[in-house]
Amino acid sequence: MSGVTRTPTHLTQGGATDAGIGASTLRPDGTLKVTGEFAYSSDLWHEDMLWGFTLRSTVAHAEIVSIDTSEALAQSGVYAVLTYDDLPTEVKNYGLEIQDTPVLAHGKVRHHGEPVALVAADHPETARRAAAKIKVEYAELPVVTDEASALAEGAPLVHENRDDHHISHVPHPNIVHRQPIVRGDAEAAARRADVIVTGEYVFGMQDQAFLGPESGLAVPAEDGGVDLYVATQWLHSDLRQIAPVLGLPEDKVRMTLSGVGGAFGGREDLSMQIHGCLLALRTGKPVKIVYNRFESFFGHVHRHPAKLWYEHGATKDGKLTHLKCRIVLDGGAYASASPAVVGNASSLSVGPYVVEDVDIEAIALYSNNPPCGAMRGFGAVQACFAYEAQMDKLAAKLGMDPVEFRQLNAMEQGTLLPTGQVVDSPAPVAELLRRVKAMPLPPENQWETTEGADVRALPGGLSNTTHGEDVVRGIGYAVGIKNVGFSEGFDDYSTARVRMEVVGGVPVATVHTAMAEVGQGGVTVHAQIARTELGVEQVTIHPADTRVGSAGSTSASRQTYVTGGAVKNTCEHVREQVLELGRRKFGTYHPAWATAELLLEGGKVVTDGGEVLADVADVLEDEAIDLELEWRHRPTEPFDLRTGQGNGHVQYSFAAHRAVVEVDTALGLVKVVELACAQDVGKALNPLSVVGQIQGGTTQGLGVAVMEEIIVDPKTAKVRNPSFTDYLIPTILDTPTIPVDVLELADEHAPYGLRGIGEAPTLSSTPAVLAAIRNATGLELNRTPVRPEHLTGT
Amino acid sequence: MRVKFTVNGREQQADDVWEGESLLYVLRERMGLPGSKNACEQGECGSCTVRLDGVPVCSCLVAAGQVEGREVVTVEGLADYAEQRAQHGGCATGACGSAGTSVDAAQRWQAKPAGADGQVRLSPVQQAFIDAGAVQCGFCTPGLLVAADELLERNAQPSDADIREALSGNLCRCTGYEKILDAVRLAAARGDAQTTGTGA
Repeated sequence: MSGVTRTPTHLTQGGATDAGIGASTLRPDGTLKVTGEFAYSSDLWHEDMLWGFTLRSTVAHAEIVSIDTSEALAQSGVYAVLTYDDLPTEVKNYGLEIQDTPVLAHGKVRHHGEPVALVAADHPETARRAAAKIKVEYAELPVVTDEASALAEGAPLVHENRDDHHISHVPHPNIVHRQPIVRGDAEAAARRADVIVTGEYVFGMQDQAFLGPESGLAVPAEDGGVDLYVATQWLHSDLRQIAPVLGLPEDKVRMTLSGVGGAFGGREDLSMQIHGCLLALRTGKPVKIVYNRFESFFGHVHRHPAKLWYEHGATKDGKLTHLKCRIVLDGGAYASASPAVVGNASSLSVGPYVVEDVDIEAIALYSNNPPCGAMRGFGAVQACFAYEAQMDKLAAKLGMDPVEFRQLNAMEQGTLLPTGQVVDSPAPVAELLRRVKAMPLPPENQWETTEGADVRALPGGLSNTTHGEDVVRGIGYAVGIKNVGFSEGFDDYSTARVRMEVVGGVPVATVHTAMAEVGQGGVTVHAQIARTELGVEQVTIHPADTRVGSAGSTSASRQTYVTGGAVKNTCEHVREQVLELGRRKFGTYHPAWATAELLLEGGKVVTDGGEVLADVADVLEDEAIDLELEWRHRPTEPFDLRTGQGNGHVQYSFAAHRAVVEVDTALGLVKVVELACAQDVGKALNPLSVVGQIQGGTTQGLGVAVMEEIIVDPKTAKVRNPSFTDYLIPTILDTPTIPVDVLELADEHAPYGLRGIGEAPTLSSTPAVLAAIRNATGLELNRTPVRPEHLTGT
Repeated sequence: MRVKFTVNGREQQADDVWEGESLLYVLRERMGLPGSKNACEQGECGSCTVRLDGVPVCSCLVAAGQVEGREVVTVEGLADYAEQRAQHGGCATGACGSAGTSVDAAQRWQAKPAGADGQVRLSPVQQAFIDAGAVQCGFCTPGLLVAADELLERNAQPSDADIREALSGNLCRCTGYEKILDAVRLAAARGDAQTTGTGA
């Protein structure tokens, strides 16, 4: 699109032929990112662009009595003010699964910060000031904030007249989805138990806190369509939701992925996409919208806060007898990904353990709290926090070592899940625990130096609150299980287009997918796969856009598996066509063309015995092989709505953590000294990136253990801390060393045997830290994050 | 209002600046230098860190008008800044052991285009971030680079505790900081040698 600058560029990376899979190849976008040249969505620019701003509700639940935009429209520099009445078609809602989210509020707002009106102006501050002049009169309604208020008799319905496909099986319209899982006879098994432990656990609302704010640029096109540059996790899912609201066919909404500053689930739902397009189409001018951090806290969904009731039993020799649990996730005002989060939470509620008799229920509520949806770990995180606390309680009650107790009950390949699904690839749960326990412990009193205490190594840090007095060390362990890929029968495919041609006498490849690179390093891995499969050195990664088929979402730890699998598959077909061309041109010169297994290596056609048959340049000459193909992993099934039975998952990912903490018991301050991780990754396509993912996921788990929580006022359902001043994420001082032990046990069903890895470390990190704090303090600590007052009782 | 200041060794001027605009906004939206990032605009995340007369500051918290006549170095100028520092014996900017770059040193310093061979020239700390895997989404990277470069300027061999303290104002959400520590250690070990990009 002419006139737009700072759009994504092709990434061309040379490199040695050994920069294929398994190598720690460096990022092809690394140089752009360290020079400041990399074009993020907030950097987009157009010479005559306007700035969009979103007016959001100041109350959580209210009727909108009136909206008066006249004063805002009269401001100099304002080009448009839009409300619900300006929406161009009959489609006025959107949503990932259930289209329950209004593009702009219609007659009612259901949560604090809901979009009510849009402004486009020639300066962002003009837009903000104009929005402040829009007069919205609210008549406040009572708020639904938890299970009790949601299900009380006469409770206000967050959504009246629901017609989604879950309403027929939920017991109350304020429940989005309910998934029970029943297997065996938990009541009978409970009678066999020698010990029973119960617990009620609370998991706070976590924010993804990606650093690159929601942003994008919508440019109206001459054909009546729109070109949208945006940071997202799934271009085609956005497109499916955007086009109907604009009243445009999908081919007139051309989307290109702009640089994405992290995602972690928070970009699965739409933010500014439709708003930017509406303003651009209304004004006929390019419109850029960039949220600031305050708005970002309202601009995306969060991790579901949860309450979890657990009962486990065990025999005196330490075998689990049964599990009864009930998980209540607060989905907030709109459905987002809540149904799928419920499916994960219920199906993974047992953790990586063998328990044959279970009675499980998970629900997600509709409430007037902020909408919750996808975040790294997706339902499995909340469950892991609870079942790992239970494991420690059981071990303590049985007088057993907590690691040995876990190992005794650990699932393995062949274990039947509560859903009836067989775990049919390696499940090295006991081994991961063994490995993480075997790592050397950090030295005691590590703050001591020859010149006295280094307070930077103590709880409280440079606040200089202790020199070691009242400081107690604790050690805790946890392990978790995360599903990889979209589950429950979803057609979870990806698409890759690969072009191979000769440039300057050497074969090169171009890989074009719609995969959202959000920082995870998919672009690195795609180039590595192309090198391995096609024997080229130079690979160009085409910017991701909707001119190629869907890649599915960059979530559920799935992209290396699924889009990596799609790139591999297309490369294999390209290679086959190259070989077929070679057979036609040169087949008569050497019998191996017909009889041997042929590969492409170092720009040549070689036999599996290493004999060179031809240069690929001579085979291809001026011809280019260019294919776009879809690829699918094994299909899954939905869970039965009554019993939860079904082969719902594609693959599993396992990680174990050992946390070492030091707690200032007088002040309730926690220093996490070390957070060691062992994870099975199947096959590390890029070991450097794998370790980076594990350390990053571990740190997000640490955050929700000791500091991160969105505080919502229970009386008003308003968010109290929408800023990085009040919502704290770990700094480099809060984050300990994170030694990582990577295990590679191949999953024969997956490309190269790989396992999706991004989420598993976020699961076990949190309960390991909690276990270590409990170990240090002797406190029960049934909620996360832990705050100083929980440790001091003040 | 009109604001004039030196950015990466060159005189720059912005017209029609609204009094409330931050240095970050002027750099990004008026001077075509979007490398400094807008992650929080509250002074909490450090992604907008630049050198102002040698001192690392959050450019989102500096009113553009305050920068009148002063010297700013952004991530876009970091490679040249580091090169000139190396050429002038490690302390040529005057910032070593002091609070900032001397005006004299800054005035001698000039931004240059990419190398004639088409390869991008990188400062040691930029190259180390690539090599150590310290970049994922990269949104925190520009601010961290400016802060890490400033650390190495005043402390060529920092301890881990020194690195953590110096970078504690820069949030990263992707990496867990381990590879950022690796990168700073690597840059310190390599010293102030100029390199060329190998990433792309």
